[in-house]
Amino acid sequence: MREDKGIFYRIDWVVVLLYLLLVFIGWLNIYAAVYNDIHNNIVDLTQKYGKQMVFILAAIFLALGILIIDPKFFSQFAWFIYGFFLFMLVVVIFSGRVVAGSKGWFAFGGFGIQPAEFAKMATVLALAKYLGTLDVSLARFRSMMIAAAIILAPAVIVLLQHDTGSAIVFLALVIVLYRAGLTGFVPLAFIVLPVLGILALLVSKVILVAVLLLVAGIFYFYSNKKLRTIVLITGIFLGSVGFVFSVDFSVNHILEQHQRNRIHVLLGQVIDLKGAGYNVNQSLIAIGSGRVFGKGYLQGTQTKYNFVPEQSTDFIFCTVGEEWGFAGSSALVLIYLGLFTRIIFLAERQRSRFSRFYGYGVASILFFHFAINIGMTLGLVPVIGIPLPFISYGGSSMWAFTIMLFIFVRQDSYRYDLV
Amino acid sequence: MDRIYADRRYLIIGFFLLIGLFFLARLFYVQIMVDKYILSANNNVLRYVTQYPARGLVFDRNGKLLVYNEAAYDLMVIPRQVKNADTMALCHLIGIDKEEFINRLQKARNFSPYRPSIFEAQITRENYGFLEEQLFLFPGFFVQSRTLRKYTYPVAAHTFGYIGEAGPEVIEKNPYYRSGDYIGISGIEKSYEDILRGKKGMKIRVYDVLNRDKGSFREGKYDTASMAGTDLYSSMDVELQQYGELLMTNKKGSIVAIEPQTGEILCVVSSPSYDPNLLAGNIRKKNYTLLLQDTIFIPLFNRALMAMYPPGSTFKLVDALIGQQEGVLTPDTRYGCPGGFPLGNGKKVACHPHPSPLDLVGAIQISCNSYFCRVFKSIIDKKSFASTRQSYENWRKEVMSFGFGKRIGIDIPGELNGNIPTPTYYDKYHGVDRWRSMTIISLGIGQGEIGITPIQLANLAALISNRGWYYPPHIIHGIGRKDSLNLAYNTKRNTLVDPRYFDIVIEGMGDVVTGGTGRIAQIDSVNVCGKTGTAQNPHGKNHSIFIAFAPRENPKIAISVVCENAGMGAAWAAPIASLMIEKYLKRQVKRKDLEERMINGNLINGKLPESERGQGNLLPD
Repeated sequence: MREDKGIFYRIDWVVVLLYLLLVFIGWLNIYAAVYNDIHNNIVDLTQKYGKQMVFILAAIFLALGILIIDPKFFSQFAWFIYGFFLFMLVVVIFSGRVVAGSKGWFAFGGFGIQPAEFAKMATVLALAKYLGTLDVSLARFRSMMIAAAIILAPAVIVLLQHDTGSAIVFLALVIVLYRAGLTGFVPLAFIVLPVLGILALLVSKVILVAVLLLVAGIFYFYSNKKLRTIVLITGIFLGSVGFVFSVDFSVNHILEQHQRNRIHVLLGQVIDLKGAGYNVNQSLIAIGSGRVFGKGYLQGTQTKYNFVPEQSTDFIFCTVGEEWGFAGSSALVLIYLGLFTRIIFLAERQRSRFSRFYGYGVASILFFHFAINIGMTLGLVPVIGIPLPFISYGGSSMWAFTIMLFIFVRQDSYRYDLV
Repeated sequence: MDRIYADRRYLIIGFFLLIGLFFLARLFYVQIMVDKYILSANNNVLRYVTQYPARGLVFDRNGKLLVYNEAAYDLMVIPRQVKNADTMALCHLIGIDKEEFINRLQKARNFSPYRPSIFEAQITRENYGFLEEQLFLFPGFFVQSRTLRKYTYPVAAHTFGYIGEAGPEVIEKNPYYRSGDYIGISGIEKSYEDILRGKKGMKIRVYDVLNRDKGSFREGKYDTASMAGTDLYSSMDVELQQYGELLMTNKKGSIVAIEPQTGEILCVVSSPSYDPNLLAGNIRKKNYTLLLQDTIFIPLFNRALMAMYPPGSTFKLVDALIGQQEGVLTPDTRYGCPGGFPLGNGKKVACHPHPSPLDLVGAIQISCNSYFCRVFKSIIDKKSFASTRQSYENWRKEVMSFGFGKRIGIDIPGELNGNIPTPTYYDKYHGVDRWRSMTIISLGIGQGEIGITPIQLANLAALISNRGWYYPPHIIHGIGRKDSLNLAYNTKRNTLVDPRYFDIVIEGMGDVVTGGTGRIAQIDSVNVCGKTGTAQNPHGKNHSIFIAFAPRENPKIAISVVCENAGMGAAWAAPIASLMIEKYLKRQVKRKDLEERMINGNLINGKLPESERGQGNLLPD
């Protein structure tokens, strides 16, 4: 239709500009986070900010490459890409090297690649491919199971690498399933169960079971009292009670000690500012000391003098909060929200089901990273080490997120040609 | 078919926005609403290094340095940085055992593993020499320089007082002080604390998470320099002070000398005393406990300001003055003395044999008890007053105008009021309207409930020499420079007795020395005016008291001497006062025999040397 126009006339510049903005903000803040007087050249390749610049340039080349690939390639090779990265995830368990306790890295000289980051993109491709197939309906049990398997397969492998954070990210794709017609109970359960889980740890289990019983009673009272309904209510009630006990059991017996500590600290049951609570406390101190307009670029003391751990990767938001204050950090939140809504908006204008679900997948993964990462620095969720998309230091995540986003930009630019 | 679910996009976007909004609210709370994070941030990276100023110096009236500072060192420790230290070697250097070492380290660690705390305070310069050479062997330890108070002369401990670390109560009350700061605890160190201490400065250093110094905060923009304390110029004549303490060797009591025209204190001796250097530096706690435990000599007790004595016969001067003022006594008033003053119940206030009858000058000279009992009686029984109570109140007001019964306001802390009994006291003791002049007649000879401090006694001598006025006595006469006096000490106070009544009293005091009870106080070519006193007291032998001023024509020194349980005023107090006057006016003492006898006299064991008994030339009061 419009093939006479070049690619740069067809891509969505809003998404691209928001992307470039985030990448640039990330680079500036990594510079600030690891800044020292000896190495103060922002393109110094021995320093993280110099390396990040290389990652960004490479990412932009990758993005340009994706924009010239035939858009049909991604849907046609979706299963192949998915399979390839599943294979890589397995391989890395046996031949990878251990970084920060998880065995998820391929080493190339002094340089590491984390396949889990790319597997997210591959899984979104496969899920979109499957949901885009005409005869798939999530109302059917079989389809539901296949979709769940597509999501959970990489998640389980990543879990075997002891990278809990990355594994949890896959669960974000339930949003895609919901948009594709999955019953609302599942995403609801995703919200209700964590709440119930927290209550299980905080409140006496006797009281909690009594309250659940009361809720079940109220539902029964207002229901149509058919057998099917009664069985359903009873089933949900028993399931909830079972969940409450299993949460308690798994926190105390299955989780590893450091994870257990993080949960206790988050719930305020343990105050341990020098141990498990140190990161979050220092993170809050850094952000909180930024006040309205921040301390000014490169003037942050908490991040610069290493009080905040992992400040260029997982806790990069602290640097933003400390040096740019409420003004800067809320602006960053708004930029993300703008990106997510723009992607959803673009996804809805796709003619191809594959493109639409892929767009939702991109939005879900990015959103989940955003929510967990910033929630962690603000002391709202447990410490789970996953990067802030496009901002955190790191080649793998930068490239994987860029590829994932630009595949969608590419799809969108040919939306009239794809069905 | 997914078009059916297209509306779900709003729910999804709504969920995204909800989380985003929640973050904004949380950011608003953390960054704008609460302050604790910004405070913690500063605690994290900024170290406020106090710059301690040197404390002000103290000079005597002749410009001699009395109190100064010497460099001392606090050994500091940062527990986290302590490693592989040769513990025993360090213990040896500072003289503690291993257990104490572990205790102190634990205490420091409890305070903070990252921040310096004092490990050993105030190491002297000599000891620091050894330590400094070896300190590099002990990572985590470093020294911080402080100052130690030093006293050139080992005298006037009560006057100088001492400094110590500010306690929790002080820190709570006064935001200037922080833990580890020094503050004056007694003496002029306390009363002039604000002037002596100077102003602390503050350097702000930035430290990283490993406690490494990263330099000044914002190039030192917020640093403040310390300002040294202001020097004090004392009116003390340190040679006189030294001499006084020498004379009071092995005696309990005190000497206070005042320059009458100015109220400047020339010396304040309280004996027994101690070397003020004992309470400076890290030996203070140990020595303080030892001094405090000495309940026999009570060396920490500043007798000059805090001990109350019945003034005995010295109070007869006050009777003479008030009697004239009240019009019940003239220089020519004569009373006979039949060996005492009959109390009416067969008893009498005894008097010693002397010519009779006597006029006022003679009565002062001889110190006749009968005479002054009559004077006192006629003051209290004066017809113009409706009741004993009223006339007593009038008398009390006049007595208090001499600086008795309430603090004079000397600039050394701890001064007591003394006691001139209130009429209410007698009401309680004898019943309302059930006491008369005869009931309280012992007041007339300075006995009974009356209590006067040595500083008040010295002031009495001063105000008599001035003929009715005085400046409140003070030990500091210059702040920062000489003669820049605190206004409170520049205000003349007048007694309620007319100046013209003083001449006759002064004449009597002159006769006391030339031919009366205080002849031993005579000095060649100096006209001394004095009055002996022998205070009966429930603690044993009488207190020996003498007040005096000299020279009579142009008084330069007014003095009070109290020797506890030493007998008659002429036995010890009068000669000591006389020697002090000679020392001050002539700078050297010619009466070496007397001087030696006074210095060697040991009254503390309660027994006089055999040779001192029954000195025939001493007249009893």
